[in-house]
Formats: sequence, C-alpha cells, structure tokens
Amino acid sequence: MTTHPAGSLLAAHELRKAYGPTTALDGAEFSIHPGEVVAVMGPSGSGKSTLLHCLAGIVPPDSGSITYNGQEMATMSDAQRSALRRSEFGFVFQFGQLVPELTCVENVALPLRLNGTHRKEAERAALTWMQRLEVDDLAKKRPGEVSGGQGQRVAVARSLVTNPRVLFADEPTGALDSLNGERVMELLTEAARSTNAAVVLVTHEARVAAYSDREIVVRDGKSKDMERVV
Amino acid sequence: MCTVLRMSIGHTLLGLLESGPRHGYDLKRAFDEKFGHDRPLHYGQVYSTMSRLLKNGLVEVDGIEAGGGPERKRYAITDAGITDVQKWLATPEKPEPYLQSTLYTKVVLALLTHRNAAEILDVQRSEHLRSMRILTDRKRKGDLADQLICDHALFHLEADLRWLELTAARLDKLAEVVAK
Repeated sequence: MTTHPAGSLLAAHELRKAYGPTTALDGAEFSIHPGEVVAVMGPSGSGKSTLLHCLAGIVPPDSGSITYNGQEMATMSDAQRSALRRSEFGFVFQFGQLVPELTCVENVALPLRLNGTHRKEAERAALTWMQRLEVDDLAKKRPGEVSGGQGQRVAVARSLVTNPRVLFADEPTGALDSLNGERVMELLTEAARSTNAAVVLVTHEARVAAYSDREIVVRDGKSKDMERVV
Repeated sequence: MCTVLRMSIGHTLLGLLESGPRHGYDLKRAFDEKFGHDRPLHYGQVYSTMSRLLKNGLVEVDGIEAGGGPERKRYAITDAGITDVQKWLATPEKPEPYLQSTLYTKVVLALLTHRNAAEILDVQRSEHLRSMRILTDRKRKGDLADQLICDHALFHLEADLRWLELTAARLDKLAEVVAK
C-alpha cells in the first residue's frame, strides 16, 4: 500500500532502482512540503543523485511510488512528465548548465521561451530574477565571460524563472569557493522561500545542508529521515 | 569569543587600551561589543583583571574621577603593557589536539557492549547539524563580526561532522578491532 505523508507536495515510498547489478536505491523514502528546504545527504555513490533523478521524473524507478501534488507519476505519460519538468520543476546542477552561445539573460529566459513565452516578456522576467540574484549587470555577457560564482547565480535565476513549485539542486555549490558558495545558498534559499517553492538539495557538504530545514541521509540506497532519529 | 574568554581577558583588555586610556566601564563595553556577543564580561572580572595588570606594571592609573558614587579610575597602558600585547599577538596559539574525544569513547563503548553505534553517530550528526542551522541563521542576520564568529564555529562543527561520517563508514572495521 502507498503511504505518503499528509500535505506533502512530492513524496516517494519504497523506491528501488538498480543499474545492472548495482543497487542505487533500496527502499528509499522521501517527502517534502511547499516552502520546505530538504537536504539529501550521504557519501558518494550512496544513491542521493539517483533519488533526485527519480523524484524529478528524469529516471523511472524499478519499483515504488512517487506522487507529485497527489498524482502518481508512474501514471503520467512521457509528455506529461516533460511538461511537469518544464513548468513545475526547476533544476540547478554543479557544472555546465548554461548554453555558451546565448547571453546570460537569454539563458535565464530560455525555460520561458521553451514554454512559448514571447522573447520580450521572457527577458523582462529573466531580468527581474537576475536582479534578485544580483547578476543583472551580466545580462548581455556570455557564460564564458563570467566567473564560476556569477555563472551559478545565473543558473539559479534560470531555475527559478518559471516560478517552479519544486527546485532540484544537485551539489549547487560544489564547484564554488566558500564565499561564493555561501552567497549562492543564501540567495537560492531566500528566493525559494519567498515563492514558497520546495527545494530538494543534494549535497555532501554540511555547511550547505545547514541552509535546509531538515535533512535525510542516504546510505546504501536506503534513506533515513534525521528528524525521526532524535 | 568563548575562546577569547578562555585565552586571555587580560591581553584583550590591554589591547583595547592601546587606542587610549579608558575607564573600567568603557573597557567592559568595548569588550562586550567586539568579543562578548553571547557572554558579556562581569564587572567583577574587569576590575579584578585591571588590579592584576596594575600590580604587574602593565597599566597605570591615568586619572581618578570622584563623583556621587564610587571613584572611577581611568586606566592607561604602559610601555611594558604594549610589549606584552605585542608578544601575545606574535605567539601562535597551540592547536587543540582533539585527542580526548567523548564521541570516540561513546562509539567504542557502544561496540563493546553490542549497542547500535551507528544510531549514536546519527543522533550526534543530527545534533551537530541542528547547531549549524542555528549558526547559519544567526550569520545571515548578523553583521560581519557575527559572521566571522559563526564561521569559526561552523568550520569546527563541520570537521566533527566529517569525522562522524568517516567513522560511520568504518564502523564494521572498528567493531572487529574492538572485539579483539
């Protein structure tokens, strides 16, 4: 029987996923509420990125249940899941997210353009987010002309431009120094909280996880909700 | 700032006097503002420290104001005091060895008595992260001084957490060693 915590926006139950002989998830559980920042922690190879990919509908689990807003994701068509990722989910990764040929503002506006928004309107919204992330002065520059920290803020602006209900961040500060990483986390969590977005934050760094409301630890494909440990 | 309190109130007060003579009350206020965020100095600590510095020739009384209440002494640093501050600043602090770890003892005892050591590590981990969240929040709302103080604590807690992770990953091996 599927059991998901009441009021959760995104929840997973008994998730299993194997890549050939390697078990990545072995009965993992997860839930997040709107406006909540949940850190997914664990050693390398523990399954935390696989958990994120399953939750985001990028990779289907072998078994188990994932519900978004009460709807079972397995019952959605590929097109429905793609639409969900474009309009309801936002993504920030560690590396190489920006399209090098586009300017920063075009990069930020890209998810809106893909959803059919007109260029002017999309870029106006993009600039608003770039201001919040303190990178509006880079609007006309290309990704190759900005620093790693600035590029990551542009990527965060892009992930939020569609006002996603869930933001997936996989090691968002992994390539940054402490000071830049910290600023990115401050801006990311502030922005997400102000829009009541839920943030699934995959990290192995405790200082990054300290920006979350609670954490779950993944070890050997099994998850543990640390709030229920103490 | 707890480290400052443990290290040397005397040297800190002496250092504050280098910018000019001050009354005990002003010294306490300057100390609390800069270093005593969570644990302000007691007046008694200030006056007992100043008496000791006076006795050792590191400060002198620069003036006395007689008011309605008790006399107010104004203290000035002496040349010997300046030399003492310089020597203290130039001497590196001995790094904490961190070899007497209660956490390590708890883990080994748990293994020896066949209790769940992983659970102990997890509970501790959660407690550490809870402290880190409080500090991160304080840092976000605080000024630069607050940020630096919190960073110092955060880096130490992070080091503990890394040790907890590593120990959790080595529990099976440790259990074998402990069982011998």
